[in-house]
Amino acid sequence: MSEQAAAAGNGNVPFVHVQGVSKWFGDLQVLKQIDLDVSEHNVVCLIGASGSGKSTLLRCLNLLEHVEEGEIVVDGQPLTNSKIDVNALRKKIGIVFQAYNLFPHMTVLQNVTLAPRKALGVQRERADEYARSLLRRIGLEEKADEYPDRLSGGQQQRVAIVRALAMGPKLMLLDEITSALDPQLVSDVLNLVRELAESGMTMIVATHEMGFAREVADKVCFLDAGRILEEGRPEQIFTQPREPRTREFLARVLEAEKLG
Amino acid sequence: MHALQQVWHSFFNPHSFTLAMPDIWAGFQINLRIMVIAEVLVLVFALAVAIVRGLPGPAAKPLRALAIAYTDFFRGTPIIIVAFFIGFGLPGLQLGFISTMSIVTYGVITLTLVYTAYVTEVYRAGIESVHASQRAAARSLGLTYSQAMRYVIVPQAVRRVIPPLLNDFVGLQKDTALVSVIGVTEAAAHAQGLSTQLGDFVPYLVAACFFILITIPLARFTDHLVAQRERRERAQAF
Repeated sequence: MSEQAAAAGNGNVPFVHVQGVSKWFGDLQVLKQIDLDVSEHNVVCLIGASGSGKSTLLRCLNLLEHVEEGEIVVDGQPLTNSKIDVNALRKKIGIVFQAYNLFPHMTVLQNVTLAPRKALGVQRERADEYARSLLRRIGLEEKADEYPDRLSGGQQQRVAIVRALAMGPKLMLLDEITSALDPQLVSDVLNLVRELAESGMTMIVATHEMGFAREVADKVCFLDAGRILEEGRPEQIFTQPREPRTREFLARVLEAEKLG
Repeated sequence: MHALQQVWHSFFNPHSFTLAMPDIWAGFQINLRIMVIAEVLVLVFALAVAIVRGLPGPAAKPLRALAIAYTDFFRGTPIIIVAFFIGFGLPGLQLGFISTMSIVTYGVITLTLVYTAYVTEVYRAGIESVHASQRAAARSLGLTYSQAMRYVIVPQAVRRVIPPLLNDFVGLQKDTALVSVIGVTEAAAHAQGLSTQLGDFVPYLVAACFFILITIPLARFTDHLVAQRERRERAQAF
């Protein structure tokens, strides 16, 4: 990497650059002219009601959804170029889903080592060793040889995060990863994400956890009906939202949290 | 009383039973051989056809169409007609080794062709029952389409369809008797000959017993697997 490019990674040119991205499911337009820039080592949180397009945007960033219009550039590589090697690109971008999606027929260790071994060609011993060290970090080393159905939801989700991390990604996409968890299991998962943020991982996080977004985000985007209606520093979005829709949404969430 | 005696003599005469036993047992060895060879071939070919049928993209369209045509044709055609085609048709072609295979081999080919079509559908249902999110998870980790199929989708699919596969296995093992129509002297063919010889129907009963001896344990084993899965899935629901 040239010095210029290295400098670019540090904030001049965004690490993730999304411009004018639109997407339709049939007649329904789910993303409308999305523009979003994410600097390296930054955490961007996407907030908004269900169906506002947060998940679809994340899935577009990993090309799990086809982008019909607009441009996405990650680490200087245009994703939306049809000649791009999708598999090579995905090795650099980890995604974690709401429903964990661990492979049920594999042990925890096999879940974590499958992609490094098959997609990166890492030797089994080295892949196992690295996977165990990652599992140790999240306190799940003794579960390495268990099958996912023996783990709690929170444990499964942490394994899913580790599975993505084992590929050494430069960007992590987290898609409402605590939404399916019992409240008492949420904090373990959020702590892990917090650690990742502190270690400088670039992340785009779709979340309903407003407190968490406020704490870890460098930037918060409020999505409404497929549009980024408002974006800014978390303190601004959460204390002085400009848009009435944002205010309305935050008031509703606060109400729900009180009731919960 | 007389009628009962007649039934006894025609179907259950112990003397005929002992007489028929050795020949039918010898014939049944052929059924077993056909069953095992055909089953192995079916399991392999059907998985291949099922995977071809699921290939994505416009480039694979001719292959998909071929796979569909194959399953449609052989699921729709009675085995006995396929047997005539293969058992009498191929030798008539005088095409080198294709026309000079043993009659048992023609029997194996017949059953493999027909059962591959059925089992393809079983595998396909299994592959489709694996949730799309599993494929998304695999692909998002950088695995290619074929890696995702090989390591993530197919292993889960096969586990799920083991009971229906065993069910088709039972069907296949019974249908080995059908290839007697092209001259394979297996258990049913022997039974037919012996029945004429002895003047009763006891040999058929002997043949039936051999088949049942294989199918009942298979059926119970299938039940056991289904029950086991249900227990596991109930446990997971909590």
